[in-house]
Amino acid sequence: MNLSLKQAGDVAGTKLVDLSTSSVRELNAALHALAADTNETFWKVAHPNGRHAIAAGLDAAIDIEIDGPVGYYCAGMNKRGRVIVNGNAGVGVGENMMSGFIHVKGDASQSAGATAHGGLLVIDGNASARCGISMKGIDIVVKGSVGHLSAFMGQAGTLTVLGDAGEALGDSLYEAKLFVRGSVAGLGADCIEKEMRDEHKALLASKLEAAGILGEVDIGEFRRYGSARTLYHFHVDNVSSY
Amino acid sequence: MCGIVGLFIKDPKLEPQLGAMLAEMLDVMCDRGPDSAGFAVYGSGSDGTVKLTLRGPAGTDFAAIGAALGHAVTARDTHAVLTVPAADEAATRAAIAGRFPEISVVGAGSRMELYKEVGLPADVARRFKLETMSGTHAIGHTRMATESAVTTDGAHPFSTGPDQCLVHNGSLSNHAGLRRRLEREGLTLTTENDSEVAAAYLTYRMRQGDTLGQALEHSLGDLDGFYTFVVGTESGFGVLRDPIACKPAVMAETDEYVAFGSEYRALAGLPGIENARVWEPEPAKVYFWDRAA
Repeated sequence: MNLSLKQAGDVAGTKLVDLSTSSVRELNAALHALAADTNETFWKVAHPNGRHAIAAGLDAAIDIEIDGPVGYYCAGMNKRGRVIVNGNAGVGVGENMMSGFIHVKGDASQSAGATAHGGLLVIDGNASARCGISMKGIDIVVKGSVGHLSAFMGQAGTLTVLGDAGEALGDSLYEAKLFVRGSVAGLGADCIEKEMRDEHKALLASKLEAAGILGEVDIGEFRRYGSARTLYHFHVDNVSSY
Repeated sequence: MCGIVGLFIKDPKLEPQLGAMLAEMLDVMCDRGPDSAGFAVYGSGSDGTVKLTLRGPAGTDFAAIGAALGHAVTARDTHAVLTVPAADEAATRAAIAGRFPEISVVGAGSRMELYKEVGLPADVARRFKLETMSGTHAIGHTRMATESAVTTDGAHPFSTGPDQCLVHNGSLSNHAGLRRRLEREGLTLTTENDSEVAAAYLTYRMRQGDTLGQALEHSLGDLDGFYTFVVGTESGFGVLRDPIACKPAVMAETDEYVAFGSEYRALAGLPGIENARVWEPEPAKVYFWDRAA
């Protein structure tokens, strides 16, 4: 299902919040007050103007469409929510997301999807440095390129990049799986290119499908990167270093 | 933290609104730096004259000082701009130092005026009537002090050469050694602030014949630490971030202007922003716009 195609404005009973007249605190308080079985499942947010923490801390299976650029930590800690940003996102979009879906239709700044445990983050443009830093299970699909130190210390989940990756990709990586279609400026410590077997192609295909772009790009053009697993186990030869 | 903003006007029709646009940007960045604020505006001027920006204690009678020195003066709160023939600059500086020791010359150039004070940035901008100023480009800063005290001297921008100024978000780690080197090269630094060292470094490089763009390229090798810089010269406006992009930056460009903000919020009120090209400047990449180009 391509969630990004669902337009909140098409649904009767949509709740509209205009941030030129309401505060982010009022918006978030209203969102946090929703009951698990709420009927208020479609929200539109107007005039975000780059404000921080919009729709942070969601814990409801609702759709929110934000009409314009957002600031830091948009939809941070999201659980079950489906958030569309019609613009660019600032630092830490979807940081610590647990589940749900976030679609940024512009670029994302640093640390997109940082530390996130689950859910899907799709970025139509570029993501800058540290995309997926310390990711713990999230799936991130970036249609453009990512900056330096992306997936730094990534523990679980997938990072799929249709464009290029910057310096030190996957530095100190644990078990996150990285797929890059374009060039990689450099691999970080303990990150290596790995064979792209059928199971990995199937995994990548499932992420592209979730992002609604399966068939639009050639899976054969992607390369897989992962951990060489030499850094994160204690090694007796290094005992003098401790 | 700190917030920095910059605006470079491409369409002369917007020049009368430069100050009003920058004031709104500074206002939004109060959250990032409530200690003090400052800005430099490149306004009118002519080749044969120098504008000296003076700073004095509250209540200074700048009109009387201008009259005593025999030069035109425009006062704005604790600051004033004294316009003198270029040939008289040295004599005027000496006269100020001798006769008005409480007055500092904080900026000089054919077009640059520089204002800074302790206080909430929105209040500082209003005290100086920034919204009434016109010009071709301007930079501004809202400060949350880390490396030195909250004083007017420690506020940005820093100016260490004619028509040159710099605002900085970040902190430098090799400023002490670099300061000694620059002082040996004959530069005068007046504070203990790390950002002033960055300004003086760029002044030094440009004295050696670098363009602003080349000076910024050299700073990638010689400055160690965190930084996002926005720099103004008589004709230009430059931006540089450190190689690991510790400090935030967003830029926007339309046919009418180029704008810089620490965050997009600072740009959100600019005319036509919804159709601007908005991007995050890349680390270790020099961005530079020049009026002559």
